[in-house]
Amino acid sequence: MTTFLILIVVALLAIALWQLTKIFDLTQVGSRVNDTQVADDNDNKVNGYLMFAFLVFIYITTIYCVWNYGHFPLLSDSASEHGPLVDNLMIISLVLIFIVQTITQALLHYFAFKYRGREGQKALYFADNNKLEVIWSSIPAVVLAGLILYGLYAWNNIMFVDKEQEQDAIIIELYAKQFGWEARYAGTDNVLGKANVRYIEGVNNLGVDLSDPNAQDDFASTELHLPKGKRVIFKMRSQDVLHSAYMPHFRAQMNCVPGMVTTFSFIPTLTTTEMRERPAIVEKVANINAIRAKNSEKLVAKGEAALEPYTFDYLLLCNKICGASHYNMQMKIVVDTPEDFNKWMKEKQSKTIAAAVKVAAAEAAATEAQAAKPDTTSVTTTKDTTLVAHSTEVK
Amino acid sequence: MSSEAHNHAHENDHGHDHEHHHKDTFITKYIFSIDHKMISKQYLITGIIMGIIGVGMSMLFRMQIAWPEESFKIFNILLGDKFAPNGVMTNEVYLALITIHGTIMVFFVLTAGLSGTFSNLLIPLQIGARDMASGFLNMVSYWLFFLSSVIMVISLFVESGPASAGWTIYPPLSALPQSISGSGTGMTLWLVSMAIFIASSLLGSLNYVVTVINLRTKGMSMTRMPLTIWAFFITAIIGIISFPVLLSAALLLIMDRSFGTSFFLSDIYLAGEVLNYQGGSPVLFEHLFWFLGHPEVYIVLLPALGITSEVIATNARKPIFGYRAMIMSIIAIAFLSTIVWGHHMFISGMNPFLGSVFTFTTLLIAIPSAVKAFNYITTLWKGNLQMNPGMLFSIGLVSTFITGGLTGIILGDSTLDINVHDTYFVVAHFHLVMGISALYGMFAGIYHWFPRMFGRMLNKNLGYVHFWVTAVCAYGVFFPMHFIGMAGLPRRYYTNTNFPLFDDLANVNVVITVFALVGGVFQLVFLWNFFHSIFYGKKAEQNPWKSNTLEWTAPVEHIHGNWPGELPEVHRWAYDYSKPGHDEDFVPQNVPMKPGEEVLHH
Repeated sequence: MTTFLILIVVALLAIALWQLTKIFDLTQVGSRVNDTQVADDNDNKVNGYLMFAFLVFIYITTIYCVWNYGHFPLLSDSASEHGPLVDNLMIISLVLIFIVQTITQALLHYFAFKYRGREGQKALYFADNNKLEVIWSSIPAVVLAGLILYGLYAWNNIMFVDKEQEQDAIIIELYAKQFGWEARYAGTDNVLGKANVRYIEGVNNLGVDLSDPNAQDDFASTELHLPKGKRVIFKMRSQDVLHSAYMPHFRAQMNCVPGMVTTFSFIPTLTTTEMRERPAIVEKVANINAIRAKNSEKLVAKGEAALEPYTFDYLLLCNKICGASHYNMQMKIVVDTPEDFNKWMKEKQSKTIAAAVKVAAAEAAATEAQAAKPDTTSVTTTKDTTLVAHSTEVK
Repeated sequence: MSSEAHNHAHENDHGHDHEHHHKDTFITKYIFSIDHKMISKQYLITGIIMGIIGVGMSMLFRMQIAWPEESFKIFNILLGDKFAPNGVMTNEVYLALITIHGTIMVFFVLTAGLSGTFSNLLIPLQIGARDMASGFLNMVSYWLFFLSSVIMVISLFVESGPASAGWTIYPPLSALPQSISGSGTGMTLWLVSMAIFIASSLLGSLNYVVTVINLRTKGMSMTRMPLTIWAFFITAIIGIISFPVLLSAALLLIMDRSFGTSFFLSDIYLAGEVLNYQGGSPVLFEHLFWFLGHPEVYIVLLPALGITSEVIATNARKPIFGYRAMIMSIIAIAFLSTIVWGHHMFISGMNPFLGSVFTFTTLLIAIPSAVKAFNYITTLWKGNLQMNPGMLFSIGLVSTFITGGLTGIILGDSTLDINVHDTYFVVAHFHLVMGISALYGMFAGIYHWFPRMFGRMLNKNLGYVHFWVTAVCAYGVFFPMHFIGMAGLPRRYYTNTNFPLFDDLANVNVVITVFALVGGVFQLVFLWNFFHSIFYGKKAEQNPWKSNTLEWTAPVEHIHGNWPGELPEVHRWAYDYSKPGHDEDFVPQNVPMKPGEEVLHH
């Protein structure tokens, strides 16, 4: 079937090509025979008109895309405090771009149409004009200066967190590995314990330095919970290759680099529930579910399982090529109200990494004791203090 | 220096007289040729073959993106049972395809195929030289390029698969075979191929620079050179400055991969064990890579812009507007291109302060670029435009250069880059501004100088079909792509079906793929036209486009040394089209000034 379809497509393309060439050939019928393969007046005319048509094509494409795809871009409903700042700058830049695009493409294609060559027409010998050059270097310069200033202002606001803001922020580690994410919370002391991949062993899969007092209350989670309205400072680490923590709804992204700790910070402003109620999101989800329902019908007809209906969730995606399964490296983000968040923290706080390691060690000791009753003395947990020259300080 | 140049020219004259005594064998004429015209054809044909591979790959992976994990017989035929069992493309080979597509298109087609072809063809012919400064080095340069192409193609057939860490080959992914299977033998071959490619590129560039400085004919001052030569000259200089840095990065990466050093690696736990690497940084690699990588964009683009300047002026029958401003912008772009590499790394973890600096320098590039675009448009104004296929591609280039360049304002702004970094927005941007634009430049060059290269004409009607379908498809592919990028869709995803969030973008991806397939298939029109016309095209006259530059004063029949007898002497700049006071609408550079004729500041 597919082969047949492909054959048909190829055949149709061949016919289209043949016809197109014929059209161009026909445009030359009647005029004196010209086989120099250099454009003559007729070619200039046809292609001049096509240039104008192409301008129309560009405009129609633009309008079509804006009309049909215009709701895709993330330009509103950001879920972080700096989001509107970014979106605003984005909208200003986009408007500017569309204006310049519309004007310059019009000039380019209109001139191509208007001044198409004709026998006997003489071009204007116009080689230089310093005034014009000055005008069109200074206009972009001024406009860009404005954009640069706004951009730098926003960039500084986003990237530099001052001491005061740091004090009432919650610190969370984002840990990336092929092909998943984990989050480590700093616990009650709000200070992350030191960590290094050399400490990775068994349940301590984040490589936390358990001899560090700050590490004792750290706990891990496979779902990222964030409190609304409170600054979150992410400390990002990677275990193996480069990853990028991309949180599109928060207008946030930072690479995770093995061997160093990178950081990004924002304040969530909308809880997951609030976001789900936003009209734009409601519409988007309804649309997606309609598409999924349609796809499910096809799947069911083929005897496969139907797709689950979609509910909106914030996501953390990997956005730096990181290996074969890069396309499916995600983590759910939940933004809670401060009360819910505290409740969740309380629940989680008992399940610290240190405790899990102790439990695992005890279990291991028990099984080993059962297996080899005579020498139980050799069971130790001292492996944690292996040869780590300097553990990476997560600060 | 100029007297030296004359001596050299004279020597060449002398050498030329003796040429007639020995006959070229097939091998010295077509294979190990030291004639720049033959070498340029070799570059072009090798580039076209690599282009077929590169574009073919993009069509395959576009099909996977539009119809994820569906079975296509063509996958099974081309990729084999291992990479496409039952005709379903595997995720590993998907990454391999995008990696090799990027590598081949950027380096093998648009660097060597474009700049290699036209620098070789045009530099000696347009400045009035017998050949390159060193014909032998030129030959070595081509054969190194050929060798690197062969190695790159061989790497497609190794068992563990070709390099698949993205064309930017960021370590640790590219350094550790445990992290992705393509980082085994495939990556080794990739690095070897690129190291040879860089050597080839450097030999070529040095030759271009020396030739332009020393071998200009009498009267060909720097400010009388056609803009093509200015573009090739400056391109060669930035190539010499930046390619060695990539070579160093490649060598350090080879060290890390094979000899246990830790330049780019540190604190890695992979496949259940801690690796020994300590103290290196992948960010260092990113700096080294993009120190080449960004100028590379202009190494690709400037020759295309140079070709366009020449083709537009000739076909508009008008002098290029703002000749000196054009030269200044080429130089400004080249200079700025070496200090903006950090805009690829805003969110790499480097100090955010550097992000501010790179935003500033990056947005500055928009100024010379805008000047160039406006100058092209003004050149069309009140012209007498001859719509030859080369001219259409040049106008198309200006159009995509504007469309693609404008979105650079968004990507160059660190604040906005946060949310569109590594999404399809980036893919759309750079494909339009450097991919499509440079390809259009290449096509413009091929249509325009084909008569000069092969002594025959390309069929213009096939050229029109080729252009119009390509132009529509290029926008059809890349215009909608901006929108899915701004929706947050990451690039390099094998399938988006794991994210219901992106389900509403699936239709757009189908549209994009259909345009890509049609556009790709229609390149066959060009290929047919090209190869057919080499043998059966209409015989060309000496100066079919009525152009001013020197290459059209040489006879159609190729001879070693380019001109029989004396080298032409240059009396004017290259752009005296439709100059008042002349009977014809063009005045070739070797025509002496009339008494009392106005000299326009040259």
